[in-house]
Amino acid sequence: MAIQNIQKDHARFRDIVKGAVRRNLKEYISRGEILGKEGGKTVKIPIPEIEIPRLKFKGEGESGVGQGDGEEGDVLGEEKAPGSGEAGQDEGQHEVEAEVSIEELAQILGEELSLPRIKPRGKSTIRVPTQKLRGIARVGPESLKHFRRSFSAALKRQIAAGMYNYDDPVIIVTREDRRYKSFKEQQSQESNAVIIYMMDVSGSMGEEQKEMVRIESFWIDTWLRHNYRGIVSRYIIHDAKAREVDRETFFRTKESGGTMISSAYTLAAEIMAADYPSEEWNIYPFHFSDGDNWSGDDTSKCLQLLTDKILPNCNLFCYGQVHSPYGSGQFIKDLAKSFGEDDRVVLSEIPDRDGIINSIKEFFQKGK
Amino acid sequence: MNLPLDLWTMKEEIRQYAKDYGLDFFEVIYEMVSFEKVNEIASYGGFPVRYPHWRFGMDFERMSKSHLYGLHKIYEMVINNDPCYAYLVEGSSNIDYKLIMAHVYGHSDFFKNNMWFAHTNRKMMDEMANHATRIRRYIDKYGIERVEKFIDAVLSVDNMVDYHFPDNAGKRSVRVEGEEGGKEADHRFSGVQAPEYLEEYLYPDEYMKKQQKRADDKERRSRRVPEEPMKDVLYFLGEHGALEPWERDVLSMLREESLYFAPQGQTKIMNEGWAAYWHSKILTEKALKSSEIIDFADQHSKAVAVYGKNINPYKLGLELFRDIEDRWNKGKFGKEWEECSDARERRHWDRGFELGRKKIFEVRKVYNDVSFLDEFLTPEFCLENKLFTWIFREQYDKYIIDSKDFSAIKESLLSQITNFGHPIVRVFDSNHQNRGELLLLHTHEGRDLDPKYANHVLKNLVAIWKRPVHILTVSQREEQLWSHNGKEFSAQRYAHPQM
Repeated sequence: MAIQNIQKDHARFRDIVKGAVRRNLKEYISRGEILGKEGGKTVKIPIPEIEIPRLKFKGEGESGVGQGDGEEGDVLGEEKAPGSGEAGQDEGQHEVEAEVSIEELAQILGEELSLPRIKPRGKSTIRVPTQKLRGIARVGPESLKHFRRSFSAALKRQIAAGMYNYDDPVIIVTREDRRYKSFKEQQSQESNAVIIYMMDVSGSMGEEQKEMVRIESFWIDTWLRHNYRGIVSRYIIHDAKAREVDRETFFRTKESGGTMISSAYTLAAEIMAADYPSEEWNIYPFHFSDGDNWSGDDTSKCLQLLTDKILPNCNLFCYGQVHSPYGSGQFIKDLAKSFGEDDRVVLSEIPDRDGIINSIKEFFQKGK
Repeated sequence: MNLPLDLWTMKEEIRQYAKDYGLDFFEVIYEMVSFEKVNEIASYGGFPVRYPHWRFGMDFERMSKSHLYGLHKIYEMVINNDPCYAYLVEGSSNIDYKLIMAHVYGHSDFFKNNMWFAHTNRKMMDEMANHATRIRRYIDKYGIERVEKFIDAVLSVDNMVDYHFPDNAGKRSVRVEGEEGGKEADHRFSGVQAPEYLEEYLYPDEYMKKQQKRADDKERRSRRVPEEPMKDVLYFLGEHGALEPWERDVLSMLREESLYFAPQGQTKIMNEGWAAYWHSKILTEKALKSSEIIDFADQHSKAVAVYGKNINPYKLGLELFRDIEDRWNKGKFGKEWEECSDARERRHWDRGFELGRKKIFEVRKVYNDVSFLDEFLTPEFCLENKLFTWIFREQYDKYIIDSKDFSAIKESLLSQITNFGHPIVRVFDSNHQNRGELLLLHTHEGRDLDPKYANHVLKNLVAIWKRPVHILTVSQREEQLWSHNGKEFSAQRYAHPQM
């Protein structure tokens, strides 16, 4: 009995799920609970669009007949779960939830972006897939036949079958013995890239603002990691002081204090100088803040740092500014004044969660 | 036939036992399949080939996942076909195979003899493959998006068929002119002949107007299509909808499939009960070696476990059949039994009729779940089997056992299975307000429709009917007309037109 159709139906179903995800990408992308999940893990997304609707009664699944021990008024040991409560019917009535992996989401997101063009530099830790004729396959075009391997396979078979005559060594290659050269995907290492994420965690950044920044950097991070395995990420958080943290802390942290953006830039510049010489590395600093810097002095210090230390050494500098009810949002204007024309700098404003996806697009549409 | 010799011998043995007990079944062909394949076949409702549709893929994903997590095991799968097809999963134990084989002969006997299956196509295996080919051809010609969209729309109303009259759904809407209700049999003024001077007293104006209006209404009704409200909405759409030929064909295929599967839903409790009755009988009385008893008891008790909130059809059906057998053996029926109110006497009642076996064979022939429960569910049975009704209590966020009262249980059970627990909807008028719009009538039996779902279903109906569609229902004790014009859903209070 040959059944291959289910694979097609399954692929079709996944396509429909992806289509639904694509249409509501904004909503799914801005969900906070995804944070802190590593790539490859899956999230459950409710997708009502892929349910086949049938006429139903209101309050279905809220009463019924059961069987077992217990007296009137006893609690049945089951919590209410969405979509449960079918009774003796073939098709269960589930709320349709599809499992989508984070990678898949990042990929869907990426379809509308262009990847930064990472230049071949230095010793290379990023793996890029290349194809070479390295594998051996049992089927293939005759022009790629591997004679030595085919004959050795035939020899093995004849010996095993006791058909090999040592006095009269004739080897006959049958169809099963034929071996062909085939393509095998290889990861070759070509270039080096580092992403430096800087986040403002000062008091003027509310929980919602921080959440937006985390979500945005999470997707940027996931997407880039998905496309360039071996990419390096560094995380900096700052208020009046800056410090480097690990990924975990970056996506979870709660702090508050004043804002000295220059502290972060100083630290970033130090990291770059120490670990990532620009002739060997592609460097992408991302900075997120509400733009409410401590003083004009500090801002001019920031501009100085950018001009002298950061911009000359990086491929692209991205600044994202979230709207905050407390802040002045002055910083982005200052940046625009100084670097508005500079194509190494991308500035983006993120008004609310729905703006996240646009902001990511703004960062990556240049394809640098 | 791909059964290994030992299983083939086992099959022959069990088949003979089944025959000896008087089961009358279609021959059964057992297929050995791997457990991955079983999930595939199960997603297709037991058939090896179905038309391409994403929901099969969705079911497959769900089943494979729960299989992976060990939540779900398919015990048996059998197709109502002549010959019957059944699947055995590779690597099960011999006792599992025995149990499944005996169980399947029970199903096969039920398929062949229960009257609700009488209309089903016994060559459905072939028919399904034909449907697949035809729909695939339409997909090649018109594109997957278009065909799939139409299939989705039809599936959302594929429960609106007339399960009870699958064959003559169409014929009933035709009426010969001249018969009762027809135009020519007009008794408008067939009053008593009276002298002229009495006319205005015998037939005052007011009365005459009323008569006139009644006659007009009758005539208008007879011009309405369908003449009588029609339950088979799908049939009606196929006959009267503005469909393209391929759409009509797809719709008729899906209707056929829906009608084919319907009896299995209509007799779920009976059918599973019957099969469980026979596997347990055949195995315990004949086929088991004494070393296998424990394993059998283990498997059997899993199959008939009770889950608390849900009714297990295997268990309920099995116990009911046993109860019926016992009652008819002891003569616990008829006037004398009904009128006896002495509990002690009732408990020890035994007239030695020994009619049980005959009775259950009769029951499996003519009943379906609704009539089965209506007739044979007794207060004693509910008590003994610990049945209860439960309800969800919002304030505790918990399910609570509501009542153990017999009539409450029976009412709730019956409402769960009547029309599969789906709302009953009929086509009332296909030219509503003389604008070619479709008017459906929901028969309200105490429970309101969920507008969220109605919205989507109406939208799908518009996709098929290609004109606005309305449904007349009752919502919060008010007659309402819910409408969809393809763009938006609206609900308004319904005022009856002046008739």
